[in-house]
Amino acid sequence: MSDITHHIPEPMLAAYAAGTLPPVFETVVATHVSMCATCRAGMQAHEMAGGAVLEEGGAVDLSDALKADVLALLDAPAPEDLPAPKRKGIYPGPVMAALKSREPRWKSLGMGVRQSILMDGPDGSLRLLYIPPGRAVPDHGHNGIEMTLVLQGSFSDETGAFGVGDLEVADEELDHTPVAGEGLPCICLAATDAPLRFHSVLPRLLQPLFRI
Amino acid sequence: MTDGQDMTDQTAWMLAVRDARDKAAFARLFDYYAPRLKGFVMRGGMDAALAEEIVQDVMLTVWHKAAQFDPERAQVSGWIYQITRNRQIDTIRRTGRTMPEELKHEDDHEPDAGQVLAMEQEAGKLKQALSRLKPEQRAMIEKAYLGDLTHQEIRDQTGLPLGTIKSRIRLGLDRLRHELKELREP
Repeated sequence: MSDITHHIPEPMLAAYAAGTLPPVFETVVATHVSMCATCRAGMQAHEMAGGAVLEEGGAVDLSDALKADVLALLDAPAPEDLPAPKRKGIYPGPVMAALKSREPRWKSLGMGVRQSILMDGPDGSLRLLYIPPGRAVPDHGHNGIEMTLVLQGSFSDETGAFGVGDLEVADEELDHTPVAGEGLPCICLAATDAPLRFHSVLPRLLQPLFRI
Repeated sequence: MTDGQDMTDQTAWMLAVRDARDKAAFARLFDYYAPRLKGFVMRGGMDAALAEEIVQDVMLTVWHKAAQFDPERAQVSGWIYQITRNRQIDTIRRTGRTMPEELKHEDDHEPDAGQVLAMEQEAGKLKQALSRLKPEQRAMIEKAYLGDLTHQEIRDQTGLPLGTIKSRIRLGLDRLRHELKELREP
């Protein structure tokens, strides 16, 4: 836990606290914050700043009945909330929520690499990736942002080494080849806001098929 | 530390709501926050009638979820800010907002007065720092936390004084580490 060295970039954490990240990135940030005290403190700092904006921005008079209406409702039963999914094994609560509390449904991508798609739509995709020890994820670049959070094992690429809880945020500038470390298979939560671009022909042909 | 001597009024009221279900204290919280909340929501572009609906829901959530308020980790306006954004996002998006796992609360633990005070002092300093910003920077901060800027726009605003906010981060970190450890080792 204390070994997390790759954190959420500040603008992204601010956008998360303000609630303006697309859902696929929001899930990755919520998962990292679930694992990382530093970023949880950062998130709370941003909430505090939001609180200052709320407090200092100026008040508007209420209609006469509002206060009495609200006070009259205090004794009414509270609306029931569904309990938020809890961490199970290596999957923190936000991942369990995206999995709808079920096991991942792994599909093979070849060479022992597997994925389980959690969200896929015009605003991007969210998936779990399973990479056997020592195996590479095919060389790829992306048009938008790609976030990769390690849940088990580790990987490294041209930019550094990533262990459990570490988050890599890559933009269109980065072409990288992540390779899983030795030991446990590497399981990552990965989000992109645009399709990946593979450089070799075969994965490119497979891309529409696998929705990677 | 329940005498509330050194706490802000807002924190003292909130703790009275949380611990004693004190309706008079809630009424004071309402008088303080509800008009500010209405202003906040309307600056985000919502009309007065809808804004009051949100104010009503947020203030009722403050009452019902008071048990989740922890003055060692959050300060009342930050906590209410987060509830407000959740409520606003619920109206915009089909899917609810994904929040981090809750840290475990120890019931009946006495709040650490030093930690609560340190939190409030930091909040005060942060407010002052924001009020000293140049008008255009202040406007940008306001837009960011109202939810009017995308992540890309926040990223592109290199003049956005996120460092001001970051300076508070050290606070509470040790405590959070401790609580996270407990979450992992049930």
